[in-house]
Amino acid sequence: MKKVIAIAVVAASVGVASAQDKIVIDGSTTVGPIAKAFAEYFMAAHSEVNVTVSESGSGNGAKGLLNGTCDVGDMSRPMKDGEFKACAEKGIQPVAHVVALDGLPILVHPSNPVKDLTVEQVRKIYLGEITNWKEVGGPDMAIVSISRDTNSGTYETFEGMVMNKQKIHEGCEYVGSNGAVRQRVQSTPAAIGYAGLGFVDKTVKALKVNGVFPSAETVQSGEYPIARPLFMYTNGYPKLGTPLYQFITIYLSEDGQEMVEEKGFIPVTAY
Amino acid sequence: MSMNGNTNKSLVMSDAASVRLRLGNWIGQGVLFLITSLSTFAVFFIFYFIIKDAIPFFKTEGFKELFTGTHWYPSAHPAEFGALPLFAGTALVTVGAILVAVPLGISAAVCLSDLLPFKIRQVVKPMIEILAAIPSVAYGFFALVVFAPMLQEKGGTLLSTGAWLILGPIFALLVVVAGDLLLDRLRTRIKNTKLAAITVFSVLGSAAFFLIYRVAGQLAGIEISSGTNAFNVSIILGIMALPTVVSVSEDALQAAGRELREGSYALGATRAETILKTIIPASVSGILAAVILGVMRAVGETMVVWMASGNAARIPEPWYNVLQPVRTLTATIAGDMGEADHVTGSSRFHVLFALALCLLAFSFLMNLASETIVKRSRKKLGK
Repeated sequence: MKKVIAIAVVAASVGVASAQDKIVIDGSTTVGPIAKAFAEYFMAAHSEVNVTVSESGSGNGAKGLLNGTCDVGDMSRPMKDGEFKACAEKGIQPVAHVVALDGLPILVHPSNPVKDLTVEQVRKIYLGEITNWKEVGGPDMAIVSISRDTNSGTYETFEGMVMNKQKIHEGCEYVGSNGAVRQRVQSTPAAIGYAGLGFVDKTVKALKVNGVFPSAETVQSGEYPIARPLFMYTNGYPKLGTPLYQFITIYLSEDGQEMVEEKGFIPVTAY
Repeated sequence: MSMNGNTNKSLVMSDAASVRLRLGNWIGQGVLFLITSLSTFAVFFIFYFIIKDAIPFFKTEGFKELFTGTHWYPSAHPAEFGALPLFAGTALVTVGAILVAVPLGISAAVCLSDLLPFKIRQVVKPMIEILAAIPSVAYGFFALVVFAPMLQEKGGTLLSTGAWLILGPIFALLVVVAGDLLLDRLRTRIKNTKLAAITVFSVLGSAAFFLIYRVAGQLAGIEISSGTNAFNVSIILGIMALPTVVSVSEDALQAAGRELREGSYALGATRAETILKTIIPASVSGILAAVILGVMRAVGETMVVWMASGNAARIPEPWYNVLQPVRTLTATIAGDMGEADHVTGSSRFHVLFALALCLLAFSFLMNLASETIVKRSRKKLGK
């Protein structure tokens, strides 16, 4: 029975590889907007290829690549050892394409007078050691800390770069998307949250961290402390000239750079 | 060709036709039976697969931490699987929802079945049932985008207004009933009944007013720092459970029958006495079944709690503080599933099935209980 399934899977993957009339993309909600912009751009030029983009979290991007359910796995964090190992065992060779850079701004309500926090202070807020805004120079309000759910690459980046793997305190609220973080922060005067750079708008206030304001320049130069690369993973480097190859190299073009900037991220190229 | 050939056809069915008929019958019944058993099989399959994936967790981690631990960090190294805050969150939210849905639902059911004229009832009942047709994500969106900011901005005002709206009518009713009873007792001893009535009602009335005023004043001073909390979700879940409670308990009240009501009136009982002392006791098991169905609706709801409960895995302090964020079992399963699989550590994957098993066992027991109760009530009413 297992053999039959294996053959079926091989046949299916061969079918996808040879026909290449569709590219299936799944994964991070942060990389999703870039993938969608690329997909629209690509389909406008290649009407015979159908590109579908789903957003279900970085973990699902890796899982999709592993199970062969997607051609491109969007991830806002690097693949973990365990995921690499599982891929290797299945004969899948994950290749990372860094399509853009992203900063994680710390967001507060626009009415909050606090302008600047250190990474240490942010960590202490999320550890539950600082519980009131007056301890960091703000008004006398109990801090409402908001985090992305543990299912997201954004969370793992924050956990790695800010928390140093220490545990976020138990009173912290969790929400399911970057948009929901912004929604909660813009409607809650005492809130603190974090989301991708592309999600900052006038309804929330981004703080300086260690004295550096999050922007394209400070992320690219490495000055802003909470920044990360965004990945698209493919199974092996795509064969040159195939639609998948053309798709995955869009980010290297000038148009690709513009799309990345338009979505609020920082391109890796500089034209 | 003449028509004569056909007229000779016997009225007795030929052997072949008889076989065909029986075969068709048999196949038809078989197909229908298969389709019906499919849904039964689905239940067994769900039980089987959830148990299959829950067992590895209990094997590696045991039972103690899951049910007694208070730290829920499934993604940490080393992971902690204390699900007590999740059970507490589910319980708190469910109790809250029941406190909203049951008094409202039963009052509405009584009103529908015994007070409103038939024509109005035919309009109102379907409207209440529409509540059940609204998708839960719409409720969740409302809770997150409208209700949560409202609680943050004018939480105190909202709570004190709520106290007036709820306590006002209840106390008014209590004052009238208590005053009436008191006057009845006093009637034999006092001559000036008019003066006595004025005194009794004004004393009771002002006492009640003062009490509500104090409670509302206390509530008005409360500031809610985060609107996504157990209170928010309880209210929304209560509204979601309302149509179930109303519909089922109204059916139960109707089932008590006309004879019972007429018998009660014939004995000289008033309408209030008939409802409180005859109809409700007669249909208590049906009402209980309605409550259980409401509980199940609240326990199993996922989208609303995931969007609007705050999802903080901590037991509120004190435990009944509904103004703090909570995390429920269903929201945890939905929220943690994406990143949890065999790749990233199997306990983290299997613990979600262990939680699902607890939920399943709970709703299975509740379902059994409601079945038994309904069956017993039918027997009691002789139907």
